[in-house]
Amino acid sequence: MKWLLVGLMVAATVASDLLQSHQMKRAGVQSVGARGLWSILRLIARRRFLILAVGCMAISFFSFMALVEREPLSFAVPASASSFVVETVLARFVLGEQISVRRAAGSVLVLIGVVLVGE
Amino acid sequence: MRVYAVLVFFIALKAAGNLSLAWGMKHLAHPATTNPVDYVLAMLSPFVALGVVLLIVSLLARMALLSYADLTFILPVTAVGYVIAAFLGKFFLHEHVSAARWAGTVLIFGGAALVSATPHATTPVAGSGEEA
Repeated sequence: MKWLLVGLMVAATVASDLLQSHQMKRAGVQSVGARGLWSILRLIARRRFLILAVGCMAISFFSFMALVEREPLSFAVPASASSFVVETVLARFVLGEQISVRRAAGSVLVLIGVVLVGE
Repeated sequence: MRVYAVLVFFIALKAAGNLSLAWGMKHLAHPATTNPVDYVLAMLSPFVALGVVLLIVSLLARMALLSYADLTFILPVTAVGYVIAAFLGKFFLHEHVSAARWAGTVLIFGGAALVSATPHATTPVAGSGEEA
């Protein structure tokens, strides 16, 4: 059961972030003022892939809650960090982002750090 | 420069939201049990409600960031939130932070600093007419 929840959480997180990144870059630069945030809300309501992204986010959140209920946080946090690796690889091949040596090295340090934080 | 200002805004909002939520949940007049209704009622607590609102706004701010910065830039840089959470947990909620957790926060900070020194966008951004 716990690995099913981890798989569901990671898949939902990855899908949500990839969809958000793809859709938001296509939508153009958004601001964080009151008008900008309202415009993002309207964007979510108009774009079905953003609605799907929000749905995936909800699945990820409730999978994490269910995981935390059954397993210690020291397992749940590092397990959730595995989405970080999958997202980085898919961002390269699906979104076409360029991952330099410096960015890759920094991401590996952050990943080890997140796993330690969950100890 | 804007991307860093919005990053700070997002990280601060998320940290404040999590702190408010954690504080509110730990100081409920009627502590939540496993009954889902308790969690809905907890939303009526001012600190829990404030936490939820701050977290929703932080989510929208992150979406704004994604409109002009790479996912592989935002993910590691915003992990600095773990460092802030450790400090807030220790100083405001008096939580125990182990040596391993402090070591993890240092690594996150170092990794985020490395990534933040890379270009924030490597794919075309709609409306900017260039690769930012």
